[in-house]
Amino acid sequence: MNARRRRTLLWIAQHALAIVLALMFLAPVVFLTLTALMTDEQALTSDLWPRSWNWDNFAIVFAKSQLLRWTANTLVYAGLGTLFTLLSSVPVAYALARFRFRGRQAAFLFVVAAMMLPPQVVAVPLYLVWARLGLTDTLWPLILPMLLGDAFSIFLLRQFLVTIPREYTDAARVDGCSDLRTLLRVILPMARPAVAAVALFQFFYCWNDYYGPLLYAGVQQEGWTLSLGLATFKAFHSVQWNLTMAATLLVTAPIIIVFFFAQRVFIEGVTLTGVKG
Amino acid sequence: MASVASAAPPRWRRGEGLRALVWLSPWLAGVSIFFVYPLLATVYFSFHHYDLFTLEWAGLDNYRYLLRDPRVVTSARNTLWLVAVMVPVQTLFSLGLAQLVVRLKAGVGLFRTIFYLPSLVPVAAGTITFVFLMNPSTGPWNQFLALFGVTGPDWFGDPAWSKPSLTLLSVWSCGQIAVIFMAALLDVPRHLYEAAAIDGAGAWRQFRSVTLPSIAPVLMFSAVTGVIYAVQYFAQAMIASRVASGATDSPGSTFTPGYPDESLLTLPQWLFQAGFRDYQMGYACVLALVLFAASMVFTLLLLWRFRRSEGAA
Repeated sequence: MNARRRRTLLWIAQHALAIVLALMFLAPVVFLTLTALMTDEQALTSDLWPRSWNWDNFAIVFAKSQLLRWTANTLVYAGLGTLFTLLSSVPVAYALARFRFRGRQAAFLFVVAAMMLPPQVVAVPLYLVWARLGLTDTLWPLILPMLLGDAFSIFLLRQFLVTIPREYTDAARVDGCSDLRTLLRVILPMARPAVAAVALFQFFYCWNDYYGPLLYAGVQQEGWTLSLGLATFKAFHSVQWNLTMAATLLVTAPIIIVFFFAQRVFIEGVTLTGVKG
Repeated sequence: MASVASAAPPRWRRGEGLRALVWLSPWLAGVSIFFVYPLLATVYFSFHHYDLFTLEWAGLDNYRYLLRDPRVVTSARNTLWLVAVMVPVQTLFSLGLAQLVVRLKAGVGLFRTIFYLPSLVPVAAGTITFVFLMNPSTGPWNQFLALFGVTGPDWFGDPAWSKPSLTLLSVWSCGQIAVIFMAALLDVPRHLYEAAAIDGAGAWRQFRSVTLPSIAPVLMFSAVTGVIYAVQYFAQAMIASRVASGATDSPGSTFTPGYPDESLLTLPQWLFQAGFRDYQMGYACVLALVLFAASMVFTLLLLWRFRRSEGAA
């Protein structure tokens, strides 16, 4: 009896704590949304609830900034970046996970090291190379390198591919499948969740990236991405917190929508990054 | 089975090293172009003065300046703060959150989604939102604190509070780590807890003797990557400084990173400023080498762990 009562109390306490924390996690988004709908004047006051619902704030953001242009640029960066990353990283991960060769472990450790290298370390010489090629002030210096493999994606894919039992690939090879056919016909269908996770992570990475575009996108606003434009938005509309919040919401919304369609892929992918290895 | 495998390798196994080389070649090219070459070039430029137009030999000038540069000390101190406070706070909070969620009986999926979502919010969006929420006079956060009679500080405008403010942001966006911990906690064999309970172990004792050893590898991985990301901390600090100070950053502007009072200055930002705003490329390369050394220390720690687990596999 007593134990049961203690269990019930514990149940209530745990769920109450979870609810309080969940409300605190949601609060920033709620206030962000409410402020985005206020008038210019009201957004500067300590009011929390809009007196009038100014849905046209979103239209004003589009009119006053190059948000559409930034969205297009971001889509090019994230779309091509993801495509290139998949094309280049899947074969590398396959080789690291399946082939037996000398230096295999060293190669894998090198992938981990490359993954952990701060991008700023190699920034100066690379910037000079891209400048020589006339590609600074564009997003190409961020997109093109992904044709030659992305360390994090290789790492993640490799972690998944090593869990596929060797019997499958060995059987395919015995049956006379080439390496490429084995990859396409045997490995890829089994690795679909990992490939999807890598694609989503890479897309989000590009969508969120601030450092890369800050370095390469140049001073002309037409060439900016959403993250870059948003970070500068407040400076140009300094007294209009409502518009800044509306822009923030517009940049965030697509990510949230994608998440709700692909929730399972995410959670499985995240699990893959931490548990293995 | 083993004896068969150790005999002559099957025909389709032959030349595997060569085939691996072919498959790896794009990446090997990538590593040479985007890793090895720039690293060597960084060393070369670090001995030169270079402003994008004239390159001249500088000997050890840049290195001597490094020792006298007060900003290097400031940013090292800030990074140390992030490593010593922000990373542990974020890691421990994630662990606590994961512990809580895996114990819930109702609404697990919903709670997991709510806690995970903020980690997907773009860095720029999350940082701007927090600067707004925590603005001293009208922000909701200080109004909330006022309910308890607490007068909140000027979070992002006060050098003493700017880093704690970013720590709060990091806690809000800890979902990725928390989900990893949740998976690890669910992987702990149930019978270990049952055995511990039969032996009369209390909750804390069970955590110390069963949970902690089981999830230690995951915890370690998360902590080390957390430290490495703290060493390269850039976007959140840069955007918070910019938005809180109201400055624009365009080439030639007078914006110096780290507002307020260089309390958010980190080495990557100072490198960016020196190289790409002040065009002192040579000195920026010296800073890059310092950054490389700092992150290498922690990367080696991680590699050592991977080597061990790979060896066991």
